[in-house]
Amino acid sequence: MEPAHPTAGPSVSPSLSPSVSPAPQSAPDPAFPAGPAPTSSISTLTLTRTASPQENPPPRPARMPWATRVARRLVPFGYLTPTIVLLFVLMVVPIVMVISYSFKDNVIVERNPVLVGFANYTQILTDPNFRTALKNTAIFIVGSMGAHLVLGLVFAMMLNSPLLGPLTRSVFRVLYILPWLFTIAVVAVLWRLMLDPAGVVNYVLEAAHLIDGQVDWLASPATALWAVLFINIWSGYPFFMISILAGLQGIPTDLYEAAAVDGAGPWHTFWNVTIPQLRPILLSMAVLDLIWTSQQFALIWMTTGGGPLNSTEMLSTYVYKQAFSSYEFGLASAAAVIVLLLTMLLAFFYVRQQRER
Amino acid sequence: MSAVSGVRKAVRPGRLFGIVTTAAVIGALAACGSGSGSAASGGDVKLEFAQWWAAELPDGAFDKIVADFEAQNPGITVELVTAPYASTKQQLVSGAASRTLPDVVGLDGAWVNDFSQQGAIANLSDLMKDAGYDESQLASQIQVDGSTYMIPVVNFVYPLFVNTDLLKEAGVNEVPSTRTEFVEAAKKISALGDNKKGWALPLDTSAPNGAQNDVMSWLWASGGSMLADGKPNVNTPEVKSVIDMIKGLTDADAVAPGYLTMKEQDKVEKFTTGQIGMMVDSLAHINLIKENAPDLNFEVAAIPATDGYTGKRGIPYASWGIGVADSSEHQAEAFKFVEYLMSKDVNAQLSTLANGFPGNTASKPDFSDSDPKFEEAFTIYQDGTPANEFTGLPKSEDLMRTLNEQLQAVLTGKTSVDDALKNTQDNWASVF
Repeated sequence: MEPAHPTAGPSVSPSLSPSVSPAPQSAPDPAFPAGPAPTSSISTLTLTRTASPQENPPPRPARMPWATRVARRLVPFGYLTPTIVLLFVLMVVPIVMVISYSFKDNVIVERNPVLVGFANYTQILTDPNFRTALKNTAIFIVGSMGAHLVLGLVFAMMLNSPLLGPLTRSVFRVLYILPWLFTIAVVAVLWRLMLDPAGVVNYVLEAAHLIDGQVDWLASPATALWAVLFINIWSGYPFFMISILAGLQGIPTDLYEAAAVDGAGPWHTFWNVTIPQLRPILLSMAVLDLIWTSQQFALIWMTTGGGPLNSTEMLSTYVYKQAFSSYEFGLASAAAVIVLLLTMLLAFFYVRQQRER
Repeated sequence: MSAVSGVRKAVRPGRLFGIVTTAAVIGALAACGSGSGSAASGGDVKLEFAQWWAAELPDGAFDKIVADFEAQNPGITVELVTAPYASTKQQLVSGAASRTLPDVVGLDGAWVNDFSQQGAIANLSDLMKDAGYDESQLASQIQVDGSTYMIPVVNFVYPLFVNTDLLKEAGVNEVPSTRTEFVEAAKKISALGDNKKGWALPLDTSAPNGAQNDVMSWLWASGGSMLADGKPNVNTPEVKSVIDMIKGLTDADAVAPGYLTMKEQDKVEKFTTGQIGMMVDSLAHINLIKENAPDLNFEVAAIPATDGYTGKRGIPYASWGIGVADSSEHQAEAFKFVEYLMSKDVNAQLSTLANGFPGNTASKPDFSDSDPKFEEAFTIYQDGTPANEFTGLPKSEDLMRTLNEQLQAVLTGKTSVDDALKNTQDNWASVF
């Protein structure tokens, strides 16, 4: 490796770029022979655009030795190795293991599990509890996503309003973003206390004559799913709000001016300027939210545990119970693979939508 | 153009970096692989002990007990791996699967059957024989197919906690000792209004131990059993009478609302804040309740039995159990540590610290510094028999969950008591 002489070269670049001197004393790199490249080209080496404009690209060597070419090809992989190793150990291996478990009976529990083909899948797909979990998850993720989108958009537009002074705006920004700052454990405990039959929510609603008698929000099969949905909406909308706010601020004002000149009212401006401009953000956020919410486990587990009577059972809690309570790791793996496929479907739409942009 | 050529050239010094990084990663992975084997090379044995106990004892108390063991046994060090109960369980399940269990493991009786079937925990009967250990000093052993896999180190009983202030306010002068008295007291307390209820029933399914502590405890207290010859036997008049009693209480609105998803900690919190008059709970919570509500007047009593029952009352209990990993390379040393924890003085000391009852029959907990209620409870414990039929059953947590779900269906009017018991029986029978 050549010693660098940041100040000795002809380049007058004041930057910190690794401008390499002609360095006649440099020894050829034994691992990567530089080939016939003329040393003069090295003198122009600089990473900044401050170098003199008359320099030429170095002539490409006519033919490199085979070893050099292979070494060059391998260099990028050298950089990628840590990531590839990590991805392999932390992603590929577990996924392949889970998929192989899903075709075995009594895996983990028995030392010598037997292959059972698709039996686990049949059992999962015909299990009414799984279908309940699937239905609940669908309601939960679509409901969360829709509400996140609408609330995020409404709050972002309110915060973006020119009617607000900068101070008021900052105060409200902090207030609106608060739910997002709590970890899910805190959110769960907080709402368990508030939604307790003898809790604050019932007290307020009763005082306002909106309900008659105490409602078991989280403990009644009729309301539990809506209660956890509400908690998830509450804890998740700020992320939408911030992203949409950033999007709103990026919409050029001349579009609004042009719309005003054309005589468009607020409603038309919203539908024909704001929404089309925000569309890419809205779409990616929506798909990402579907994927994230489908994996929500902690909130459900800490508030209702999937109960009462499976009314809040989600795919995540279903898989957990199969694995860590029934010790049916084969069934749990099969269910997990089904969840993986469904999530991949969503991810596919996300990637395709990203590519379209 | 110059920028492009610059980048291309700049790769050169970096190529070495790339290769060095690769080598470092591979080297690090190789080091990880070989590290575990070298632990015992110096003649010293390092035991790992995964448990949740240290977290529930006064700060540093368990470390001191372990340090005494290390002082008595030079050459053996014990490393405590402490996590809350639920995380310990998850760690052990995955450790059992990958055969990487710590040498010594804290166990709950509910896990023993599954772990032993998996071959994850060692047969302690064999280890006891090898060590020439006298089994007769153990108060109980948890066995599967005639061999011991867990030894209860400290036992925690679950008596009835009664808020005496609420009871008096409701006009009940005696702590209930029969089911009829209990139901009456619960209704009277609920009649006080102001969100006060007679009893709490946590039926949450994420930690379904309410089925054991708050439901089946009533059966065991009257000498009943949910098993016959080790097989489920739930569809009996005895079990039905318990479910009927519970249904009667909820119909009379004498149970704290929210019970379908209530957790154990909610129950304790409601008792501490004086919202419920009675609960079945672990004795270990006495200190917690006293700390949070120093002015609360409460008593502990045996769980009420059916009217006219005169036999020994079963009293539910949970244990801090201990076992040895089957994959441990130092089983003899691990058992030495188990022996130490079960020895007369250490076991007494540990029980005193934990506010539990010793697993060694010769140990006497020291009540001099503790609440007089512990001594009362010790009398209840000695007068009755420890009863927990879920201990040692296969997939016992799943069995409890099934019972909870069936009970939820009964209490929401979705099914009858008879159908619920039949469903429970069928479901349980399929597991055995």
